[in-house]
Order: sequence, then structure tokens, then C-alpha cells
Amino acid sequence: MTERFCDLALTVNGEAVRERVDARKTLVDFLREDLGLTGSHVGCEHGVCGACTVRLDGAIVRGCLTLAVQCDGASVETIEGVADSGAIADLQQAFQARNALQCGFCTPGMLLTAQALLARGGVPSREQIREHLSGNYCRCTGYHAIVDAVEAVAQARAGSNKTKAAT
Amino acid sequence: MKIADDVPSALSALDRPNSYIGRSVPRPNLARLTQGRGQYVSDVTLPRMAHVAFVRSPYAHARIRAIDRATARQAPGVIAVVTGAELAQVMTPWVGVLTHLKGIKSAPQHAIAVERACWQGEAVCAVVARSRAEAEDACELVTVDYEELTAVTDPETALDPMTPVIHASLGDNLTFERKHEAGEVDTAFATADEVVEATFRFGRHTGVTNEPRATVADWNAGDQRLTVYQGTQAPHMMQNLFAKHLGLAEHQVRVLTKDVGGSFGIKVHTYADEMATVALSKLLKRPVKFVADRIESFVTDIHARDHRIHAKIGVKRDGTITAFEIDDLTGIGPYSVYPRTSGIEANQVVNLVGGPYTCPNYRARARVVFQNKNVMCQYRAVGHPIATSVTENLVEMAAARIGMDPVEFRRRNLVPDDAYPCGSAAGLKFEKLSHHAALAKIVAMMDYQGLRAEQARLREQGIHRGIGFASFIEVTNPSAAFYGVGGARISSQDGATVRLDATGAIFCHAGITEQGQGAEAAVAQCVATAFGVPLDKVRVITGDTDNVPYGGGTWASRAAGIGGEAAWQAGKALRANVLAVAGSILQAAPEALDIRNGAVVDADTGRERLGLDEVARIAYFRPDTLPPGFQAELMATRHYVPRGWPFAFTNGIQASWLEVDADTGFVRLLKHWCVEDCGTVINPQLVDEQVRGGVVQGIGAALLEHCVYDARGQLLNGNMADYLVPMAGEMPDIEVGHVVSPTADSELGAKGAGEAGTAGAPGCVVNAVNDALRPLGAKVITEIPLTPDRILAALDKI
Repeated sequence: MTERFCDLALTVNGEAVRERVDARKTLVDFLREDLGLTGSHVGCEHGVCGACTVRLDGAIVRGCLTLAVQCDGASVETIEGVADSGAIADLQQAFQARNALQCGFCTPGMLLTAQALLARGGVPSREQIREHLSGNYCRCTGYHAIVDAVEAVAQARAGSNKTKAAT
Repeated sequence: MKIADDVPSALSALDRPNSYIGRSVPRPNLARLTQGRGQYVSDVTLPRMAHVAFVRSPYAHARIRAIDRATARQAPGVIAVVTGAELAQVMTPWVGVLTHLKGIKSAPQHAIAVERACWQGEAVCAVVARSRAEAEDACELVTVDYEELTAVTDPETALDPMTPVIHASLGDNLTFERKHEAGEVDTAFATADEVVEATFRFGRHTGVTNEPRATVADWNAGDQRLTVYQGTQAPHMMQNLFAKHLGLAEHQVRVLTKDVGGSFGIKVHTYADEMATVALSKLLKRPVKFVADRIESFVTDIHARDHRIHAKIGVKRDGTITAFEIDDLTGIGPYSVYPRTSGIEANQVVNLVGGPYTCPNYRARARVVFQNKNVMCQYRAVGHPIATSVTENLVEMAAARIGMDPVEFRRRNLVPDDAYPCGSAAGLKFEKLSHHAALAKIVAMMDYQGLRAEQARLREQGIHRGIGFASFIEVTNPSAAFYGVGGARISSQDGATVRLDATGAIFCHAGITEQGQGAEAAVAQCVATAFGVPLDKVRVITGDTDNVPYGGGTWASRAAGIGGEAAWQAGKALRANVLAVAGSILQAAPEALDIRNGAVVDADTGRERLGLDEVARIAYFRPDTLPPGFQAELMATRHYVPRGWPFAFTNGIQASWLEVDADTGFVRLLKHWCVEDCGTVINPQLVDEQVRGGVVQGIGAALLEHCVYDARGQLLNGNMADYLVPMAGEMPDIEVGHVVSPTADSELGAKGAGEAGTAGAPGCVVNAVNDALRPLGAKVITEIPLTPDRILAALDKI
């Protein structure tokens, strides 16, 4: 049975982590159970709801469809790390001001997914925002407020970029 | 970003200086949720905690001949493998009946099936292990010898003499039946110019909370106390039930509810697997955690809305509705769910059909029958989407039959806004509704005439768009009439305790719970306004039966209206107490003082006299300087329960604008509107978001969501890949408007708003689809979800 367990070395939110993990363990279970990073949530466990969304080497992935052992040598970022970095402070603030979350269970995944769109720059249309977020399930809000918040941040960032370019 | 205007309201009764009532202030508890710092039950870990997984019946109905646990017990990490019979030694069974639902019956239900499994997914054995993965591994090693029994899966034949009776002791498969008759129904139909009849079918669906049900039970044999971390809407109700069925005193049980990842009525019931988790903790004397996985959620979270209704409406050529008649048949699970019963949904359908209209003639019959399927019970907007769909679809069918515009048809039949107080043909009592004001408002918001012109213009280009409406009424702020009178220990009153801390901030302990609606924010706004402090000085604590006032929790759109009023009254009481202390310090009459923006001021001039921190300092640390015999009381508790009306009914109307692709049957939602009247609006943005979220849940029911069972009682689509839920890409923007008719039952005047969206959306979307299809000669669709194949079938294309 020992071959079922693997040594794993990776970076999580900038910190070096070495753990021995069960080969069948998903990334999100590893983050939650072994590292106590409970900000990534488990909603459906088959890749539909997006609550487990985390960043793997900069790209958003489903923590429930990724095995922890696949992340050997990789850099993983979770909502805790991204929040602490201040990189999405404007997006978090917009979600709060617009009440773009209710129970908050989908929110970490929703924020990371939205940030992936915003990071491309420009101001996406509401339809593009909806399309981009269409893999993240939210049962509470009906999505309208989330689209509003993401749209507002896109406009604000575009505005401040323009200002920067002008000066 | 469109945040509702954050401006003080002009409500006279609540017009305190610096009022937060009517302002869209952000919720105080959101920042941590955006940082991944929530504390959901699925996040809870305790020392020595074990995990339970359940072996579940693969059959809808089967006798359990034997359970072989030998191999499972030897599996790595396994702590215990427990059968239903063993667990029954620790926990007594329950029966989900209430005395005010006359004649309702059900059979005893055990935490784990004993001898017989009655639906696919019912737990038949529990495996407790060090990890959930190990528990699941060992479940695979439990061998159950089943004898498959005939499954009763068709409500239409459930009462036939040839159909097996699921519980022999009950005599038949009838759970509950209600009949109602008002006015002269036969005469009214006979004198109608047109009678429109249809059979409506509503697909069984479920809540799909993003966080599945989760429970951590911790029986501490040393303290002889049970602590249960549970994502529930009703902590005190659960405290009572855990105690009752474990043979404990209520004070031996503490229920803690922290963040809850969505509830919508799903998390307000007694679930066998959660009861089993609690019993296992008692049995094993250690914490046990159960988090349903998604497949378990689909086969065990309550389902709802599985109704077939034959219905008809009589109408005069001038548009007057002469009568409504319905015959409702609904197939629940093998048990009526405890303690709220599975009879309430059908009962609500009978109560609500025809509710917005003046028509006095109404006949209804509702029958609730047992099925070998997962249990059904109350889910957001209980019964409302069904009653509203039936009523509103009949209304638009009747309007079409006599060639009248559906808005004009409603104008002629909606109860006039000056008719209140009044009653309905179903026997409901209305304090003050505003159907006509709401109709006028939505017609203006959506530019109805403009949309009709656009519809006609596009029709010529072969683009088929539809407009549909649904007027509705909603039950909110229930009094004891809902459950208490039926014998359920579910509190209709709620309480709030407010305390001035030693630096001038306010702590408020409230009996209601927070599942994301913003209940804590509403309570904070009420306390801050009534007492007189900035909002950031108020901290609200909920969800702890050891520490909050006894209350009902959050369901039936009661948190803001009932919990908010209790908080408002508690804030006022504490203000009076604090002013008594301040008056004593300042040698002033308390009536001449007020508290504004966190300071004691002269009531006349607003001049600041004393900081609240100074009042607290003297009262707590230098009470020796206060006059002899004066005792400062810096904590106050108030409770509230509606007494004037059994329910605070609200009303509203929704409209849908959509496009149907006549070749593929796909529906594209373009826009949705809702105007609702929940009385005093405490926080416009939170109300709007309740409406929007509710609308989308209703749209899910209309277009997507369906628990599909086969004839053997197998759920065919119990996962999120096959069971479709609304996602961002398909949903429309939703505009929300308000009419404000406060209830005089409370000082605050707030009614509930949590279910209005869900109540009206399905009927409204169906009307819009039928409106789009009508000129194409399609059959009128009266079955949801409105899948593409049903639309193509209505067009005779498949």
C-alpha cells in the first residue's frame, strides 16, 4: 500500500510546503484538510460548480478535478493568499458594496474566476462577464449583482489605466 | 455599479436622526467571506473527530434481510459500523404530523432504516472512520442482502386498491387530504361565458445548496452535553429535536450555526442522516462529522413541487373571473418530513390559488400521497410557485380566450387597493396589499406598450418573443398559526438582547439566523437606528442556542419582519435604560435627552452632552458615583410575535421578456422585472437581491430543474452534470421595483421579502413562452420545466 502515498513539494500562497499525500487525494481536499486552507470550498466534487477554484501556476483550475500529486513542483494560490496579497482588494470591495454574495460559499471561486477575466484587461460586456462566470454556480444572488460588481471593477481599472497612461 | 440609493428614508414612524432604515448599507459580515475566512460547518474540525459515511439503499423499496459488516470492520481507519437497529437503541423514531393538518398521517421514521428501506438513498448502515475517504472505502465492503419490493412511484395510482400500501399500519397511501369550497362554484361556472381547463404538471426539484448539508456532533460524556455544529435555519427547533429523540434534557444540547452555505428551506428539516450523526456521537462518545456529498444531496435533501393539478377558470366576456377550481395531487416520499410535515405545500396551494383576485367562488381539493422516492417538504416559497403558476397561467389563457390584453384582464380582476382589510375565497386575511399599484409600476418600468410594439415588429421578421406576467401574494411573518398551533415546538416569536459594552459599542444577540440573506445586517440597522449609534458600533451574534434569545430562526420570510422588530424594540428599550443613567449623571430628565450618532445629546438642540463610552465607564467602573438606589441596566431584551394577523401577506407582480427559437425549442431570457411590496424596506439593496436570487431559483424551476425518476423509483439525474441549475450565462438582468405598504402589526412595518421572487417567476416565464408560441398555433404548455423538447412538442415538431 505504501506506493499509494507520494511525497509532494510545492509552493502554496508563496510558502514552501512538503507533505506526504494519498495519491487519490484531490487538490482541494489537500488544501482544506492537510493545510487548513478552508477558503476553497467543495460543492459538487465533479467539476461543475466551481466553488473549489484555485490557481495552479497562475491559471484557474478546479481543485476537485486536480489531484494533489499533480501539483508537485507547482505554485498554488488560494483565496487566502490572493486576498492577503491585496491583488483583488478592489474586486472584494465591489462584491461587498454591491452585495454580490449572500451565503458566500461560491465567492472565493467566483472572485478568482472573475479576476482571471479582469486580468486580461479591457472592459468586457455583461454578456462576456456572464459567459466567463458560467462555470461558477451561485444559488443565492441570481448573478445580476455579481455581473454588476465585475463590470464596475473592469470600468474602474480601465479608467485608472487611462489616467496612468495620460500622466 | 448599480447600488440602490443609500439615502435615509422618509418614514415618519422610523424617522430617527441618522436612521439606517431604508438605506442600502453593506452587510457587516461580508469582508471575511470574500477573503476565504468564513466558518462553514464543512470547515469545522474538532479533536478526536471521526467521519461518517452511509451505505445507502440502491432500491426504492426493499426488505433488508441481512447486513454483513465483518470485512468493513477490518478496513483501515474504521471505528464503528452501525446498523439501524443498533442506532435505534440510542435514538427514538419520529412521525411527521401536525394536529392542525386534520387527518395527516405518517409512519415512524428511523435515523437509519430498520428492516426496510423505503427510498433509493435511504441510509441502511453507517460507517464511522478516521477520515471520510476511509469511511467511504469501508462502505463498499458492507454487504447488504436486499429483497426488492414493489416501489410505488406513480401518484396517480398510489390510492388504487391494486397498489401496494407502503406502510401497512396506515391502511392506505394517503398522507393528507384537504377540501375547500367557497361561494357558488357550480353556478359561477354555469354562468361563465368561457371555461378554460388545463392540467398542470410541476417537475420535482430540489434546493442544490452550494454547501451540502453538514453536521458535526460532539457528545461530551464528561459534561453530559451535546454540541452540534449544524448548518441549519432553526437552531432552537433542532435543539428540541435532538434532545427529544436522544432522551436528553433540552439544556443538555447546544446547537451552533455559523456560516451556512445556502439553505432556501432545505436546511430547516429533520434529516435521518443528521439525526444518525448526532446519535453516533452519543454512541461513540466523540465528535462525528457528516457532510453530504453531491450525490447524497440529490437523493436525501428534501425535494419539492411534484404536483399534478387539474384546474379550471370561468370567465365572462367582459373579463370578470367567475370561479376557480383545482384538483391537486402531489406525491411526497415514503414519510411526511418531521417536524413541519409534507402536507404544508399542498395546503398552501389550496390557500393561495386565486389569491390576488376578487373572485369569490373557489373549489379545491388537494391530496398528498406516499411514494417510494426521496422525501418532499418545504422549499423556498412553499406552494407559492405552484399556486401562482396555476392561477396566472389560467388567467392569461382566459384573457387570450376572450381576446383581452392580460394587463387589462388583471386590472378588472385584481383586488382593488382600497378594499383592505379583506379576505380571500380561500379564507386568507389580507391587511393591506397593493396589486394595482404594483401592476401600474411594472407596466411603466418595462414600457409594456413599447415591448408589445417591438414584439409585433420582430414577429414579422420571424423572431418569436413573448411577454408574460404573474401577480402573486406571499405568506410572510407567520404567527403561531403556522406551526405552533399544530403542536410543533417551532417558535413563531423571536427575541433580541442588546448590551452596551464598556466602550460604548453595542452587542446584539438575536434568535434569528443568517444564511446569507443579510439578516444580521437588517438586525444591526434596526438596533443602530433605534438606539442611536453608527452601524459599525453594532455587532450581531446569531446561531447559538446557549447564548441567543429563544427564537424560531430564519424561514418563511420571517427574519427581518419578526427578528428586526424584536431588535428594534430592544434597541429602544436599551436607549431608555442608557438615558436613565445619563440623566442621573447629568442631573437631567431622561426625556430631555436622546442618543444620536453614538453620543448622549439634548433632545431639543442635538448638542452633545456625554459620550456613550463615558456612560459605560461610570456605570461599569464607578457606579459608586451614581445616586444611592440607582441601578444602571445596560442590557435589554425584547421579543416580538405578530398578533394582529396570522400572516403578513405581501404581494407583487413579475414580468418576463424572452425569445423562443421555434426550430430548436431553446428559450433565451432577455429581461425580467419584479415589483413587490414587503412593507417597510429596511435595506433596499438586500431586498432587491433577495428578489433577484429568488427569481433565478424560480427560473430554474421553469426551464431547467427536474429530479427525474424512473418507474422503479431510481433518480436518473442525481448529479450537477445531469440536473441543470441556472448559471450566469443563461440568466437575464432583473429589474426590481417596490410599492411600500407597511404592516401596522409592528412598529417597523416590515414584511418578508425572501420568497417573492421564487413565487412568481415560474408562472411568469411559462406565460411568456406561451405568449411567444401562441401565434404559431402551438398547444398551450402547462408543464415545467419547459425543456426544448416540450416546446418542440407543443409546436408539433417532434
